[in-house]
Amino acid sequence: MTAIEVRDLVKRYGELAAVDGVSFDVAKGEFFGILGPNGAGKTTALEMIEGLRQPDSGSIRLLGEPVWPRNAALLPKMGVQLQTSAFFERLTAREQIRTFAALYGVAERAADAWLERVGLTEKAATRTEQLSGGQAQRLAIACALVHEPEVVFLDEPTASLDPQARRNLWDLLSGINDSGRTVVLTTHYMDEAEALCDRVAIMDRGQILKLDSPSGLVRDLEAPVRITVAPGGVSLGEAAEIAGVDHAVEDETGLVLSTRHPAGVLTELAERGGLDGLQVKAATLEDVFLDITGREYRA
Amino acid sequence: MSSPFAAVALAITRGFLRDRTALFFAIVFPLMFLVLFGGILTDRGQPQVEMITVGDIAIFEQLPPGAKAAFDDAFDVRPLGDLDAAIAEVRDGDADVAVVMEGRELVAHYTQTDQVKAAMTQGALAAFVNGANLAAAGAPPVVELRIEAVEDDSLETIQFVTPGLLGWAVAMSAAFGAAANLQGWRQSKLLRRLQLAPVAPGTIVGARVVVTVLISLAQMAIFLGLATGAFGLQLSGWWWLGIPLLVAGTLSFMALGLLSGALAKTQEGAVNMANFLVLPMAFLSGSFFPLDGAPQWLQMVSQALPLRHLNDAMLDVLVRGQGPEAIWIPLAILLGFAVVVTALAARLFRWDGE
Repeated sequence: MTAIEVRDLVKRYGELAAVDGVSFDVAKGEFFGILGPNGAGKTTALEMIEGLRQPDSGSIRLLGEPVWPRNAALLPKMGVQLQTSAFFERLTAREQIRTFAALYGVAERAADAWLERVGLTEKAATRTEQLSGGQAQRLAIACALVHEPEVVFLDEPTASLDPQARRNLWDLLSGINDSGRTVVLTTHYMDEAEALCDRVAIMDRGQILKLDSPSGLVRDLEAPVRITVAPGGVSLGEAAEIAGVDHAVEDETGLVLSTRHPAGVLTELAERGGLDGLQVKAATLEDVFLDITGREYRA
Repeated sequence: MSSPFAAVALAITRGFLRDRTALFFAIVFPLMFLVLFGGILTDRGQPQVEMITVGDIAIFEQLPPGAKAAFDDAFDVRPLGDLDAAIAEVRDGDADVAVVMEGRELVAHYTQTDQVKAAMTQGALAAFVNGANLAAAGAPPVVELRIEAVEDDSLETIQFVTPGLLGWAVAMSAAFGAAANLQGWRQSKLLRRLQLAPVAPGTIVGARVVVTVLISLAQMAIFLGLATGAFGLQLSGWWWLGIPLLVAGTLSFMALGLLSGALAKTQEGAVNMANFLVLPMAFLSGSFFPLDGAPQWLQMVSQALPLRHLNDAMLDVLVRGQGPEAIWIPLAILLGFAVVVTALAARLFRWDGE
């Protein structure tokens, strides 16, 4: 079953094509990620799919229905968390989520249950302005889910959070599609997309460059594995001679070898006693991005 | 579970009551002016002249009733036995004049320090002496003076300032509230978020309007309560006609706030712009002092301002005792202003501030 169907989506601002011919489908119950650097067009695309912006051309169907113009029948079925914390001023966390619950005709009890589920019961009486960034995002996500929507849109929920708060939020997010809910998430963090998403669309300059599961994207890359060892064990010249090493460089951290045959190379290194400080890194989505755009990924 | 309308109205009300700056500018700040104008600069009529009489002064005691009342208004009299002591008091400023009969002469010892009182004293005493002479001569007066006060046209200070300051207070809170809300909610994307909730835009706008109108009515209750209770404001029987006027005024000031919110790029900018509109408007609309002395062109300009019409109409119904006929035209002007300016704001509004 298809939850979201996007075809040839285009949005221009003057000369700039913010979204330039984007098409994809999201299955029901899927956790779908749109990954790309700032300015890639992620938010513009998402806001068109939510029905907040009118596309210049293309079509969008959400749960089988058109989203533009404002489709009142769809609104109760979708939950949104926008890029900034869209809260009423000077309300406490509990008042905030109860207000959103009332907008959707949901009982206060359900609102309080969501507050509990995102771990904010202790902060219920705290004004939203005084919540930490991570707590505010948890509240925003709870406000997006309070009416148990079928589809949830999360626009960069972990942007500007510290690493610890991001990991905590991942724990929360990874559970929200358990009950068959469809989730669309935008992010500029590679690791986040890898950790959370069933499938990832890599977006840059308004276009989707690749779309696959995170592991599929990396596999297709056939990227070399990077082996790093401490300096002094094996000389650079010696290392370059090892069968299977495509490329060897030495920098201040040590010797870095690229190879598509890590097993053989590691055996050779072990025989020469050169495994001190060993690190093995497989390719990540950052390498995928580098491969398909020809430039370093900068969030 | 409350209705979406009630929930949004409650959220806005809480937001307002917890915003100390907004509360200060809506209630406390205008009340400071009310206390200043009504309590301190209050009009006590003409100052009395303190007079010391030495010995019997027959002409004062034989005044006819009308003249006696005028005399009592003008002079605060106390007797003293010794002329030197009386003159010493005048010299020290404890009294304004010491009078004594010396044979057929009424001698007044006064000080020139306070020239107004000195002139009053001279003029008044001369008048009483002449009156006494005429009465003694038995000749009928050729011309008589009759004085009639024109009720309510020369208003006591508190009567005049209360409606104007109330209008200013309502204009500030309604315009600032609308401007800050529109910009703040746009910036935080709350407007967008609400657009995606299954609630009609009219529900959100209606909740905002109802809360603003209730705030205005609360301001009216506080203002009129304090002014009548503490500063002796006399409300006319038609005072309640001020309620529909105030509601219409609130809508037109909200429209000004929406316009500021639509034009400005930030919340601070929106509030500053609202301030930039409201403060000059308050001056030009006679909220702080009457416009009677202002040049003709300025009076013309002020006719374009909603607060001018609100102030004039509020003055008419709150204290001048005019009835329903006094509010139809101002009501129509205020509502018309609200419609036109809101439409303009809606045209200029952009979802994205960037």
